[in-house]
Amino acid sequence: MVLAFIEHVAGAPTMLSLEVLTMANRLAGEMGTQLEAIAIGPNAAAATGILSSYGVSTLHVADDGRLADYAPAAWAHAIAELVREVDPDVVIGTASDRGGEVMAHVATRMKLPMAANCTEIAPGDPFTVIRQRWGGSLLEEAHLKGTIKLLTLAPHALTAAASPSRTEVTTHAFSPALDDKDFRVRLQPQVEVDTGKISLAQARVVVGGGRGVGSAEGFAALEELAGLLGGAVGCSRAVTSLGWRPHSDQVGQTGTRIAPDLYIACGISGAIQHMVGCRAAKHILAINTDAGAPIVAQADYAVIGDVQKVLAAVNAEVRRVKAGEPSRSPA
Amino acid sequence: MNVLVCVKRVPATAGQITLTADAQDIDTRYLGFTISPHEECAVEEAVRMIEAHGGSTTVLTLGPEAATDQLRDAMALGIERAILLQSDGREWDPVATASAIVEAIEAEGAAGRSYDLVLFGNESADSAGYQVGVRVADALDLPCATGIKAIELSDGRATVRRQTESGWESAELALPAVVTVKEGLNLPRYPSLPGRLKAKKKEVERITPQWRDGGLEKVRLKLPVQAEHTVEILGKNGDAGAQLVEVFQRLRLL
Ligand SMILES: Cc1cc2nc3c(=O)[nH]c(=O)nc-3n(C[C@H](O)[C@H](O)[C@H](O)COP(=O)(O)OP(=O)(O)OC[C@H]3O[C@@H](n4cnc5c(N)ncnc54)[C@H](O)[C@@H]3O)c2cc1C
Repeated sequence: MVLAFIEHVAGAPTMLSLEVLTMANRLAGEMGTQLEAIAIGPNAAAATGILSSYGVSTLHVADDGRLADYAPAAWAHAIAELVREVDPDVVIGTASDRGGEVMAHVATRMKLPMAANCTEIAPGDPFTVIRQRWGGSLLEEAHLKGTIKLLTLAPHALTAAASPSRTEVTTHAFSPALDDKDFRVRLQPQVEVDTGKISLAQARVVVGGGRGVGSAEGFAALEELAGLLGGAVGCSRAVTSLGWRPHSDQVGQTGTRIAPDLYIACGISGAIQHMVGCRAAKHILAINTDAGAPIVAQADYAVIGDVQKVLAAVNAEVRRVKAGEPSRSPA
Repeated sequence: MNVLVCVKRVPATAGQITLTADAQDIDTRYLGFTISPHEECAVEEAVRMIEAHGGSTTVLTLGPEAATDQLRDAMALGIERAILLQSDGREWDPVATASAIVEAIEAEGAAGRSYDLVLFGNESADSAGYQVGVRVADALDLPCATGIKAIELSDGRATVRRQTESGWESAELALPAVVTVKEGLNLPRYPSLPGRLKAKKKEVERITPQWRDGGLEKVRLKLPVQAEHTVEILGKNGDAGAQLVEVFQRLRLL
């Protein structure tokens, strides 16, 4: 049996969990076994409606009011207890912050290895996975041992797809024997003041700046373009290390993953750790003095030149068009 | 306040990755090495904690002899003591790495050196197992928070915050505890010259742990397939304004 650990909001599985279900359903098919799921937290049982389109036969729901809050060790305790009871062949969760953390706790409780951020799974003996290193700029083929295979699925390794046929989902509520100690760490959401700023992760346009912007002040031209296009400003790690921009602006492996329609990369060389952060961008426009910079080869459009000069001309042109004046025809 | 920071030596890859002929490793012949970025912040945080609250700091790494460079980098920023868990150059999977670190922390405890806080990076930049900190915490029966971008200490407790898609969430941990952190926790300082000179002279304590099969076995590395791709050059310097506006309009951004 394949067991999928599902994250949800009031019974609606998250996008990454739908991806996990899609992979788990495929895997269960290949292994000739069934797919079951576990969900924790308020209204978990409401997930059955959606799970029926992903081949799930049983939804296990941990029944304990104390699990309403996110307490990683307690959630893992519940899952480990279920795993001992139902003895699955594979347990698969998302590689979200929560998914990864809970699965790691499950792994120590079960004394099992775990493979994080898998993109492909080939069941059998040896049980082989492809997993991401370096935020996805490098892949590793690995053998995962252990009597039960524990793994997390990398985000967007596949597209979530409901199956045309529906299954009958049985709900199985169980009460894990939780320990007070499991609740030593509880994460409480903090109410955020809405600043009205467009978030980097959600922006349709991101104007990113690198070392080539020259200074903190040099970002004014990027701010202006982002404002004109209704987008957000991002930056490279070189820029955060220099203290020109806060880390919350950083795009990349150790920063934010962005997925805009257009990413405008200004004075950014295109290091692999930066590129993994923007590979979901539909289009990339590079502005760089060096036509040989790696970012240029990976971009859809490029302007070769000095960031400030290029942006001054572009911003003037956009302002003109926004004011209803005709764009100047290309020289 | 005694803080232990666990760091990893990783190659400073930049524009592209080249693999060795046997596809077992990244070809590092032309690369420098660095402390994984999350752990650079862990080092900085430990130094700040001791500056604010007093106490001692130790940095630990599992790695080859050359990883003493990264231990000295951490000492150059103000960490006092360094421990190298000397590996044989083989890759240690998360289970093997965590066991070696647990044994080292237990040996420290037996020698009268106990830690109030053990800091890790949330995941290493290279192999990215996303579990060593959690495994160490569970083995030592310590509370654990992961992916943390803010830590405040008071009265034997740590208040930690982590970012979510929609904002932040926070937790309170009684010390001793394990916290795994992410870049953005702070802006690490640059080492001073006197700091570097002092670190150079400091002793690194060495332990040789026993390698074990942790159950996640690397078979080979491979580079992701890159889609064929062409770039359209729209112009130079100031002459590209109109073409760019056209692109913005085509993408319906204007
Ligand atoms: C483990 C690890 C994790 C990392 N994580 C991240 C991450 O999350 N995000 C990230 O961004 N980086 C990350 N890095 C760093 C990364 O390797 C690069 O060092 C960094 O992205 C380089 O930033 P940059 O492109 O701004 O600077 P540089 O590489 O210095 O490039 C500057 C570019 O600007 C161009 N330029 C210079 N002057 C001008 C001008 N006047 N006009 C136009 N162009 C100009 C140059 O031609 C060059 O292409 C990580 C590194 C490691 C080792």
